[in-house]
Amino acid sequence: MTSLQMEKMAGIARLPLLIAGIVVGILLWGSFNWALEMTNTEKFCISCHEMEENVYQEYQETGHFSNRTGVRATCPDCHVPREWIHKVVRKIRATNELYHKLVGTIDTPEKFEANRLELAMHVWKTMKETDSRECRNCHDFDSMDLEKQEPRAADRHEEAMDEGKTCIDCHKGITHHLPEGWEEAARAAGLQD
Amino acid sequence: MKNTIFTTTATVFMLLLLPGTLAAGVESLRGPLPLDAPAKIFPAKKQQKAEGGFERGWKQQPPQIPHEIDKDRISLRENTCLKCHSKENHEKEKAPEVGESHYVDRTGKKLTKISQRRWFCNQCHVPQVDAQPLVGTTFEPLPQK
Repeated sequence: MTSLQMEKMAGIARLPLLIAGIVVGILLWGSFNWALEMTNTEKFCISCHEMEENVYQEYQETGHFSNRTGVRATCPDCHVPREWIHKVVRKIRATNELYHKLVGTIDTPEKFEANRLELAMHVWKTMKETDSRECRNCHDFDSMDLEKQEPRAADRHEEAMDEGKTCIDCHKGITHHLPEGWEEAARAAGLQD
Repeated sequence: MKNTIFTTTATVFMLLLLPGTLAAGVESLRGPLPLDAPAKIFPAKKQQKAEGGFERGWKQQPPQIPHEIDKDRISLRENTCLKCHSKENHEKEKAPEVGESHYVDRTGKKLTKISQRRWFCNQCHVPQVDAQPLVGTTFEPLPQK
């Protein structure tokens, strides 16, 4: 084939190829995003009995599940970042969770309880590193009216603002049960005053 | 013979009376309601808050809780009251400290951690609501020095 012929062929194929590329691209991107969103729902989280039997039961007793105002925060609201890049990073990390699902690391309540401290420490560490990014999607210091808080809470929040503290420094175990020996472990890891 | 007649008459009389007294004297706590009817709903009371805490009724009364505790949990593994009231945390949380007596076991030995028999705080320390007592009382504490 001469170079002239090749140029001619490329000329013919270019437009349909471009269109096909766009369509395939949209489909691929769409299905990727669809899967991303589908795995980002509470329904998906509790389709695993590990989550349904343990953490989901505890969560239902707390204010993040039901409260005076009727606003609910579901699993992904706190445990999956909203910004795209952080979300994708978290999703990739979740492959480790798939592995542990397969080998059954926490497939009984007893096993879950035995691992609770380690699991909790992972989450606390992440939240500390991200400056409690997911908490602050709803609870922002900028929109917090200290006047309307209890005096003691207002004092502590003011302190936290001044010292640049983050939510998880104090608010541990608000939605899930605390593991035995959590305080000593968190203190040793620099996650608790 | 006379005695037997008396006993029999008395027994029959009492048996006749029995259903009446039973119906009048026994009533369930939810009142004379059919099983499928809802009982009267009393308005829910909010737990009382008291700046600086409630005064004790008598010298050794376990202090009452002047805040809500519905978010707190006490189980074998965790005790969220201690997040503020423990030896380590009470100062920075500006909360009253758990008493020294709670760090002693039944033999009088001092412990570094809170005694297991003091673990369940709300066995003695309870929150209050603004409710009037159903039965009156004339209790008065001794004058406190």
